Amino acid sequence: MKHSIINKLNMNKWLTFFVLFSALFVSCTGKKKAGSAVSGDAAQKVYVAPGKYDELYLFNSGGFSGQVSAYGLPSGRLLKVIPVFSQNPENGYGYTEETKPMLMTSHGFIPWDDSHHPQLSRVDGNNDGRWLFINANNTPRIARLNLSTFTTEEIIELPNSGGNHSSPFCTENTEYVVGGTRFSVPIEGDLDVPINSYKQTFKGTLSFVKVEKEKGTMNLAFQLLVPGVNYDLARAGKGVSHGWVFFSCYNSEKANTLLEVNASQHDKDFVMAVNWKKAEEYIAQGKGKKTKAKYAHNVYSHSTHSATSTMLEDVLMLDVKELKDICYFIPCPKSPHGCDVNPSGEFIVASGKLAAVIPVFSFKKIQDAIAAKAFEGEFDGVPVIKYEAALAGEVEKPGLGPLHTEFDDKGFAYTSMFVSSEIVKWEVATRKIIDRVPTYYSIGHLCVPGGDNKNPYGKYVIALDKITKDRYLPTGPELTQSAQLYDITGEKMKMLLDFPTIGEPHYAQAIPAELVTKNQVKAYKLEENKHPYLTKMESEAKVVRNGKDIHIYMTMIRSHFTPDNIEGVKVGDVVYFHITNLEQDWDVPHGFAVKGANVSELLIMPGETQTIKWEPKEVGIFPFYCTDFCSALHQEMQGYLRISPASSKTPLMFGTNVAAVEKK
Amino acid sequence: MKTNFYILVFAVTAFVFTSCGSSEPKSEAAENTNTSEATASHGQSGVNDEFSKPDVVKVAVGSKDHTTLVAAVKAAELVDVLSNSGPFTVFAPVNAAFDALPAGTVEGLLKPEKKADLQNILQYHVFVGGLKAEDLKDGQVLNMVNGDNAKITVKDGKVQINGANIIGSVTASNGIVHVIDAVMLPPAKK
Repeated sequence: MKHSIINKLNMNKWLTFFVLFSALFVSCTGKKKAGSAVSGDAAQKVYVAPGKYDELYLFNSGGFSGQVSAYGLPSGRLLKVIPVFSQNPENGYGYTEETKPMLMTSHGFIPWDDSHHPQLSRVDGNNDGRWLFINANNTPRIARLNLSTFTTEEIIELPNSGGNHSSPFCTENTEYVVGGTRFSVPIEGDLDVPINSYKQTFKGTLSFVKVEKEKGTMNLAFQLLVPGVNYDLARAGKGVSHGWVFFSCYNSEKANTLLEVNASQHDKDFVMAVNWKKAEEYIAQGKGKKTKAKYAHNVYSHSTHSATSTMLEDVLMLDVKELKDICYFIPCPKSPHGCDVNPSGEFIVASGKLAAVIPVFSFKKIQDAIAAKAFEGEFDGVPVIKYEAALAGEVEKPGLGPLHTEFDDKGFAYTSMFVSSEIVKWEVATRKIIDRVPTYYSIGHLCVPGGDNKNPYGKYVIALDKITKDRYLPTGPELTQSAQLYDITGEKMKMLLDFPTIGEPHYAQAIPAELVTKNQVKAYKLEENKHPYLTKMESEAKVVRNGKDIHIYMTMIRSHFTPDNIEGVKVGDVVYFHITNLEQDWDVPHGFAVKGANVSELLIMPGETQTIKWEPKEVGIFPFYCTDFCSALHQEMQGYLRISPASSKTPLMFGTNVAAVEKK
Repeated sequence: MKTNFYILVFAVTAFVFTSCGSSEPKSEAAENTNTSEATASHGQSGVNDEFSKPDVVKVAVGSKDHTTLVAAVKAAELVDVLSNSGPFTVFAPVNAAFDALPAGTVEGLLKPEKKADLQNILQYHVFVGGLKAEDLKDGQVLNMVNGDNAKITVKDGKVQINGANIIGSVTASNGIVHVIDAVMLPPAKK
């Protein structure tokens, strides 16, 4: 039989195959460099001349780094890493007395979390460039970043959740940002239950965090108590589907072990359609139940340059088993991940990681099915709409491992395929595949600028790749992950560029630069600084002893500290350096470091005050200096702190350019 | 049988990987010659990596009993897919299993116009997830990559999938290869 196959086959083909084969696998002469896979005008399309601005900002999540990074597109230039859920040695975030409260939770201080999905704020379904939200996946939280300062201004914890993955997708006008339980957990009653009681005792919650219109302040408005499955991703409806949010759900098997196998048993899991306007009606009728919960709400003020952390104690809960017409399940093939709404709001595209098709659901058909009660039954008290009743159609044989879909401005959708490592372009109206391009390698999410908006910006698609292996100069076992930029202006997608990223570029959103640049803050106004330890001018600099606590009110300006000679501090004291940067000039931060600092350094923006705590443990003279090259005499920007024995009678003295003056 | 197969596979893979060494490329002539059109770029299967254990594709490549399967995987353009991080469980029919198909079947499937059918059949032999033989339970249903289900039976300690016997298993860097003695055909479409 085998002989006959070979005889009948085209011998040339076999020869070619075996030559290739032996080159690649046997003699291993395939030690070739990766080709570039880019076309000739790619360089021109991504070249941004020195001194020129990029067209777009790309906000990339840091994944396991817990941060956000901002890049320029199309150049791929890294602009800034913005600390969110992790301490950041670059600027002291999470180390300084002012910023430590940002990382407080009901579990105490958390120095490092995992950030997944950046979400730009929207007005009328389009990005407005004011805020960026992002979720903490591990200890469930949502952060709000202010894009005028590129700083994290607010973090709210989500109680009753075991992992906040399907978050923080926002509604059409940023009425809400949402969160959904990835890991369902016991919520009510006895929490000390056997893990294998999952099916009986574990529950999910979907959180709706209200965002105040002007300032963006977040408030956990309500939670929905939902069946205990894994809630993965979400998108809010827009246009015709405004008022709804769609969540993808996997593990409808309710497995609590070896999910790799046990959560892949059902042919279909679910998309959950949530009518949040209905939930609001119920709340107005007093149908929500206030339940006990413990969660932190942390707010940073650019007036006091300090954060506060408040522990909150209850949440409004709505049980969707009782309030039936809030939630509906729609069957969806095989562990859906992406759950994406097209620009018109009519189509919901769900990407089952293990599915052979991409189902496209119709919002109108979903509404009709609900009206006609076209249900196949209930799952944990939630009606399940018949698959066919909700379905507009399927994208056939899209590729392997569909994950996530975004949309351009011309009626096309772009779906990432993890297993087959490619992007597939298809037409929303016909669900016909138009083009596919490989990614290098193993794409997760993708991003079309404005790709979740009513009016996408289009022009590019960015692949967010997990694996780079041989794509860059090697850096030991830990390799960078990458973002790859493709031009989508033509029928065929064209790869233009790839560039390394910070942490895991789990997901990203991009926005035309001018929507962000127009609001930029250049420096903080000193006259508006309300920090309790502000030193507004050098003549107000002082050192104050309060028992063991020493408060140093210090200023910094090119190129000296005031005071820069300090004596009378003793072993066993607790020293607080409260340092104000007196500069009122663009791009002149100063840094601060003191020898033996066990907490951190500081990086202080013009007009800002920041504090580190420092506990001297030994006698000696301790130099301090500016760490940010600020001026021609940066190297002269230094001072000394004398530490005396605990029993010393040295009086407290301080000054700059005078012998240290004894404090009266 | 099982032992023989192991020895064979490891001997062959050892040869493949120890022979890699620092051999230099014979020619890079094809590279960087064309700047106006897209140039070829290799997928993950082309990554030069002398450290890692062989992936599921390389395990199959290293077995003389799987030349037909390897040719088919290549023709179906699934080499890069199966070199991805997976994890994959591949049920790998031996050459004799392909030989046992009706005359002309394999030749037919290897024709370019039958690529979709070939992909469908090969993807019916792959499960996304790492399943060791001892993880396979009697009655267990696996939803394979092509979208169809396959059924596991365990009788007297012998594991079968859709009636094909698992006659050996090899751990790969990105999953596991279970060698089977029959080709599984996906159920006919409704």
